[in-house]
Amino acid sequence: MTDPSIILASLINGILTGAVYSLVALGLTLIYGVLHIINFAHGSLLMLCMYAVYFLFSIFGLDPYLSLPLVAVGAFGFGYALQRFVIGTASHGRDEITLLVTLGVSIVLENVALFVFTANERLVQVPYDLDGFDLGVTFVVVPQIVAFAASLVITLLLWLFIAKTDIGKAIRAVAKERQGARLVGINVDHVFAVSFGIGTACLGAAAALLAPTFPVAPQVGYSFVLIAFTVVVLGGMGSFFGALVGGLLIGITESLGGLFFGESLGKLGISLIFILILLFRPTGLFGQKANG
Amino acid sequence: MKRFWIAFFLFIAAAALLPAVVTSSFWLDFLTLTLFLALLGQGWNILGGYGGQFSFGHAIFFGTGAYIQVILQSKFGISAWTAIPFSVLGGIIIGLFTGFLSFRYGLRGSYFALITLAFAEAFRILATSAKVVTNGGQGIYISLNREPAATLSRLQFNSVEGYYYTALILTAVSILLAFWIENSRFGAQLMAVRDDEDAAEALGINAFRTKMTAIGLSGAVTALGGVFYVQKFLLMDPSIAYGPTKSIEMLIVPIIGGLGTIFGPLVGSIFLHGLGEASKIVTSGLIGDRPGLDLILYGVALVLILALLPNGLIGLMKGEWRRPGGKKAKQQTPEAGRDA
Repeated sequence: MTDPSIILASLINGILTGAVYSLVALGLTLIYGVLHIINFAHGSLLMLCMYAVYFLFSIFGLDPYLSLPLVAVGAFGFGYALQRFVIGTASHGRDEITLLVTLGVSIVLENVALFVFTANERLVQVPYDLDGFDLGVTFVVVPQIVAFAASLVITLLLWLFIAKTDIGKAIRAVAKERQGARLVGINVDHVFAVSFGIGTACLGAAAALLAPTFPVAPQVGYSFVLIAFTVVVLGGMGSFFGALVGGLLIGITESLGGLFFGESLGKLGISLIFILILLFRPTGLFGQKANG
Repeated sequence: MKRFWIAFFLFIAAAALLPAVVTSSFWLDFLTLTLFLALLGQGWNILGGYGGQFSFGHAIFFGTGAYIQVILQSKFGISAWTAIPFSVLGGIIIGLFTGFLSFRYGLRGSYFALITLAFAEAFRILATSAKVVTNGGQGIYISLNREPAATLSRLQFNSVEGYYYTALILTAVSILLAFWIENSRFGAQLMAVRDDEDAAEALGINAFRTKMTAIGLSGAVTALGGVFYVQKFLLMDPSIAYGPTKSIEMLIVPIIGGLGTIFGPLVGSIFLHGLGEASKIVTSGLIGDRPGLDLILYGVALVLILALLPNGLIGLMKGEWRRPGGKKAKQQTPEAGRDA
């Protein structure tokens, strides 16, 4: 039978990875909560941010953690423009069309990356990638711990931002009742684009945190899109807390699944959770009433 | 109705005569794949276009049909012909299975898209893991036998023409099926469910059964596409079968051509393949052959069509378009437009 210490080690690894999944899903859940759209381009946007981190590192020698704010700000601008001028314009306010438009955007981004950067995997090689701590049952490296801590901090900051600031209040207003928000003078299109921008900025941060441990390639977005959707659906569409818990659960599922069922079959757990949650509890663990 | 038959026979006649003009096997192969994608697109169109259920994982039907076709031949020595009904039946069963789960639990719109995506991924993982049956990631093959005497019994053609005419027949059948749907009682019910499920139920239509029939038919046509793929390329692996590429291709084609229209998938396929090939010819002279360009154009075309042409290229031929974010240029509302 499997040694309990191996299970514990795998659990720790799952939690550490899961925190980054939470951060990726946080952006997705915010966009869903406010715009009520399922952003299929989320994975490709993450991939693009990872390339930004990679090139800032390889050209300017910028450490991923230093480039984090830079990439997050750039991602905000890109996301804002994408929603305001492409997705919002092309989808005529119909949900199925929005989904297809974001799919189109993801096809374009992914293949532009393939065309320009080729299919080669690239990894940011930081000098401290193997430094870490021995926890007895497992060895955790610095990038894993930083990613874990930073993901939690960013989640908290975003929650404070939405709860305390004026623009946060506007975002909540639009999420609850967009007609009403429009009537009291909130520029709904602007708030949509800001929310999309913040969601993309989360990806910028996640990209920087993933960079030292996760190689980037054009197709990397697809695997993340599935994980992020699963996290969001599991936690409940639109719920921040749900994204956090969902991310950790999915991280653990992936890690334990890999341990017990092997590298390839272990991934089945995520798809199965996704299907079962969609069927039996589409509102997720912490979600409010689903809209469709 | 008369206009359909004229268009249909013109298409058949033109397509049947093309090999007399197009002698290069490269271009005939290109046309074969165009027809093949039109077939897959029609499979998607039955459920997505006429039924309004947007599947993001239609590869489950393609892949299952293809896998059954290849496994029965290579592992059990069953003949290609005998395998076909099983492959198509496989597509139907998978369709009914996923449809039952999704529709029974009331998944609509984006949620249906997500669950089909998850099913495709689950199948991909299963096909990779079930090495005994599928040979896993390395793929499974049918032995090549191109002897003229074996052409009909093994369904392997010596010539590009053989595959071209097979693809033409399958595409023609799928077009006739779409024509039947548009003019049958079932089709009217399906479109009623698409336009307003609650209203359709109020009129006494069993929405669940209607959607189940649609996903079964859609699964059958798409599985037939899988059969054709296997007979042409003689191989199958998990990422060809269940990867996202096929799912996306077969969804783009009818949307570009015209959702819920008889000739939409064909028009979309011709347009996309033409665009892809033209872009390759232009750029290969400038920067050499690099992957990705055709798909960039597919994606751009998809977004532009969604923004500007509510009824795709077929709609454009009828003079329907709209300004982005603005009013429609012609009388059609999006809902009414989808019936056209």
